Amino acid sequence: MINIQKIKQDFPILSQKIYGKELVYLDNGATTQKPIQVIEKLKSFYSEINSNIHRGVHYLSNKSTEEYENARKTVKEFINAKSTKEIIFTKGTTEAINLVAFSFGETFINEGDEILVSQTEHHSNIVPWQMMCKRKGAKLVVIPAKANGELDLEKYKLLLNSRTKLVAVAHVSNSLGIINSVKEIIDEAHKVGAKVLIDGAQAIQHLKIDVQNLNCDFYTFSGHKIYAETGIGVLFGKEETLNQLSPYQGGGDMIKTVSFEKTEYADLPFKFEAGTANYVGAVSIAEAIKYLNNIGLQEIENHEKELIDYATEKLLEIEGLKIIGTSKHKTSAISFVLEGIHHYDAGLILDKLGIAVRTGTHCAEPTMKHFGITGTIRASFAIYNTKEDIDKLVLGINKVKLMFG
Amino acid sequence: MTIEEVQNQIIEEFEIFEDWMDKYEYIIELGNNLEPYDDKNKTTSNLIQGCQSRVWLNAEMKDGKIIFSADSDAIITKGIIALLIRVVNNRTPEEVMNADFSFIEKIGLRENLSPTRANGLVSMIKNMKAYGLAFYSKEK
Repeated sequence: MINIQKIKQDFPILSQKIYGKELVYLDNGATTQKPIQVIEKLKSFYSEINSNIHRGVHYLSNKSTEEYENARKTVKEFINAKSTKEIIFTKGTTEAINLVAFSFGETFINEGDEILVSQTEHHSNIVPWQMMCKRKGAKLVVIPAKANGELDLEKYKLLLNSRTKLVAVAHVSNSLGIINSVKEIIDEAHKVGAKVLIDGAQAIQHLKIDVQNLNCDFYTFSGHKIYAETGIGVLFGKEETLNQLSPYQGGGDMIKTVSFEKTEYADLPFKFEAGTANYVGAVSIAEAIKYLNNIGLQEIENHEKELIDYATEKLLEIEGLKIIGTSKHKTSAISFVLEGIHHYDAGLILDKLGIAVRTGTHCAEPTMKHFGITGTIRASFAIYNTKEDIDKLVLGINKVKLMFG
Repeated sequence: MTIEEVQNQIIEEFEIFEDWMDKYEYIIELGNNLEPYDDKNKTTSNLIQGCQSRVWLNAEMKDGKIIFSADSDAIITKGIIALLIRVVNNRTPEEVMNADFSFIEKIGLRENLSPTRANGLVSMIKNMKAYGLAFYSKEK
């Protein structure tokens, strides 16, 4: 059994009071807090190691480079990639998707080709593809969702055809917390020769990810949602596919030789890492992964499953509360609406009670449209949350109902 | 009363609230009592789309003064709208154009005016002043 109280103590920010009340942080889908181990690592890195990577011959530069490349190894092992060449560090999930949308688009997409995204995507997994389609004269096709928020796989299969070049789907939908059947989505796409990108921003911190088992062509996630720094993310891509793609950005570190006549690009993974990488961010991801491995991923999954089951049960007891996205396959996020009460009003009052939740469209306007609503209140959980946090949320919601009733 | 005097009056009214709860209850009450907004004015051009709440703002000229009406789908936003309208309603374009809304900060509601497009209020203030400017230019 994991000791949540002890884990909570690893996160300094959680011990503070907000408006004189104990902080109940339930906005982990937006970003997770950082354990002291990650914070200390950043401090010691800057105090003892910092130097630009891949450039100097001097002691610190070598040490810095070694830490950065070790971080790549840690990520590779964490998601079970075949090689470190398949791990590209980016600014975050958004940049990783933009990278693929650009480079894949330049290499493989022609007029009349089709890109599939789902109805329940985050804007970050819609807009880059829209931009690519516009550039290349391709068509964006939407995989519909069912009334419970799950993707309609039967309709999805009918949409796949020889023109389908790429399918981009979230592993876990950010606004609903629903775990999509990505394995089936990937297998079906491969049958028509399409590649698949999985947006793992809301999955990586909750589920054990094995990219070889999934057999996805691309997988993306952000550091800040997995207890590491902001401004760092990961793009996994199959080596053979990444090798075929043209680079995303030009600059230092991504080249072999440069002359005004011709530039030769560096090999993977550096080909996609132009400019000074966020090496400190990468080191923070490695430290966060180490932290999670120490707790145990299965333990984390079990705890978070218990939390979402408890939260679902308790929230459904509240009269006038409706859960949006009623699929049973969920992890760590619940979206809901309160009858007759605007989510913005609810969010403001919950805040005053020390409860941090996210309200609004969650950067997923097409998802809200699917449900015919203008927004939801989303409570999202992480390893340090407890049933007591959920009890406080329930009390808070009842207070909100009193104020607006 | 001048705009400044009305703002000072509001600040004084808010001074009696001892905790946030009373303050918000008052704002909710203001929101619930906001003058009903004519549905025919719920046009796309009057809509200020926030990612949290939506605001509709309409302005008409009557006897040289601007008459504002507004609505929102969120009650707290409506309550703040009621305060904004109280400050600038029925005033000349020049007054509206030059109005400052510093009372919002002084009554501790600054968090409702974050520069992001969260609740549409920042854009609403901007649009109110833009109406002032537009009517002013028209008069000239």
